[in-house]
Amino acid sequence: MKQASFTAALLNTDLAVPDGLVDGLGRPAGRRFAVYRNNVAGSLTEALEQGFPVIAKLLGEEFFKAMAGVFLRAQPPRSRIMMTYGTDMPAFLASFPPLTHLPYLADVARLEQALREAYHAADVAPIAPEVLGAVQPDRLLAAKVRLAPALRLIVSPYPVLSIWRANTDEAAPKPQMQAEAALILRPDYDPAPHLLPPGGAEFVAALQEGATVAAAFDQAGEIFDIGAMLGLLIGGGAITGLDEDIL
Amino acid sequence: MHPKACPPSPALAISRNISRIFWKYPGAVRWLEVHAENYMSDGGRPLAQLRHLAERFAFSVHGVGLSIGGEGPLDEDHLARLKHLSDWLNPASFSEHLAWSSHEGVFLNDLLPLPYTDATVARVADHVNHVQEVLGRRMLLENPSSYLAFTGAEMTEVDFLREVARRTGCGLLLDVNNVFVSATNLNFNAVDYLADFPVELVGEVHLGGHFVDADDHGAPLLVDSHGAAVVDPVWQLYAGLIGRAGPLPTLIEWDNDVPDWPVLAAEATRAQQILDPVA
Repeated sequence: MKQASFTAALLNTDLAVPDGLVDGLGRPAGRRFAVYRNNVAGSLTEALEQGFPVIAKLLGEEFFKAMAGVFLRAQPPRSRIMMTYGTDMPAFLASFPPLTHLPYLADVARLEQALREAYHAADVAPIAPEVLGAVQPDRLLAAKVRLAPALRLIVSPYPVLSIWRANTDEAAPKPQMQAEAALILRPDYDPAPHLLPPGGAEFVAALQEGATVAAAFDQAGEIFDIGAMLGLLIGGGAITGLDEDIL
Repeated sequence: MHPKACPPSPALAISRNISRIFWKYPGAVRWLEVHAENYMSDGGRPLAQLRHLAERFAFSVHGVGLSIGGEGPLDEDHLARLKHLSDWLNPASFSEHLAWSSHEGVFLNDLLPLPYTDATVARVADHVNHVQEVLGRRMLLENPSSYLAFTGAEMTEVDFLREVARRTGCGLLLDVNNVFVSATNLNFNAVDYLADFPVELVGEVHLGGHFVDADDHGAPLLVDSHGAAVVDPVWQLYAGLIGRAGPLPTLIEWDNDVPDWPVLAAEATRAQQILDPVA
């Protein structure tokens, strides 16, 4: 009995139980092998439920478990760290035939994945608001900023954040059909998504690519409120450094 | 810095659920056990909590992903992450399982069984030696819960563990529930197993719960679950073990369907009542 055939039979329940496996009396192992099959599928399904609770809620427990069974066999973990399992879930949802009529699911999964990444991201102390506040505005505009490792940006043609909120907060309003961009910030240890105004996603994306604040502002368009945007980033502990020696 | 030792008293595993209970009852236990893989992130709250608790408690780090029984080589990246955790946390003990859990890069997230043969002893001993070299510390190897056996087995599980320990100098983690589960499932006598077990090598004991299923012939098939109370026969085996071996650090593994605190505390109290007379 090689571990290759054991592995194949664990993941493919159509395969016979591998030879050479017996009970305590030497009889074929039979459904004893199913304990391992159930442990593998059950533990990976549980990891996916923990990683994608809103997707699980949207699809219902029965459908989610069945879909997880398909996913875990198509994309078994390549890492031993279960907190990262499921990075392929958004792409899977986008192409899973029974779900093609729900195209927003992939972006909701991306949001959940981003929240989980933010939760486990490195801790880097932000620049204190009073220190940043003392920087001359023209020097701040000319600076490039370092963003916190926990920061994530999710841009969607669907109301991705409103859908997420409607499924995590009973008081949240019903989602309206609109494009949304969500910015995830983690001021302490709890990641929180924020709805970005028009231009906000372009601004943050430009900063992520290394643009100066002024250049990012140019990307954001004329109606953009840079003061409110910087306030959001600073309040969320998202600015951890400036490129220039201007502090 | 010399690590805080795990005292020979009961402890609780910290999973997501139990940590919530634990913050409410901080004086209840003297040492804690964590799964290594849950703390292999770059940062965030779990690591911050662990750093905080490490100032006050002795820790046992329990790995669930090394695949020490795997046919292929150990995952060096994973071993490096483990070394990083072991170096900064400096736990009293590190343990892993006599099992495999990955094959050719696919991680199966379960503890899978091994045939007890000379070839397997050689492979497991090589891997244990390598882990101990990289970590720079002695490890404990845990007996598994078994649901089936292999044709062509050449030795008992106890002889297998004894031989790996002889070749590597590792210690053993004795899971008494696993002994009871395996003995029931594979028709051997748990008392005889424990009488044969090299208790002088045991650095830690695990106790936990299981659920009862049935095999194709209607015979009981016990499945380790960490989701129920320790059953009376396991307490009796544990009392016999402690009577013979003396007090040992003992972990109550209840990390699925975690009950309210009084139920969990009662399990720790029961272990303490068995440990006290021999302390």
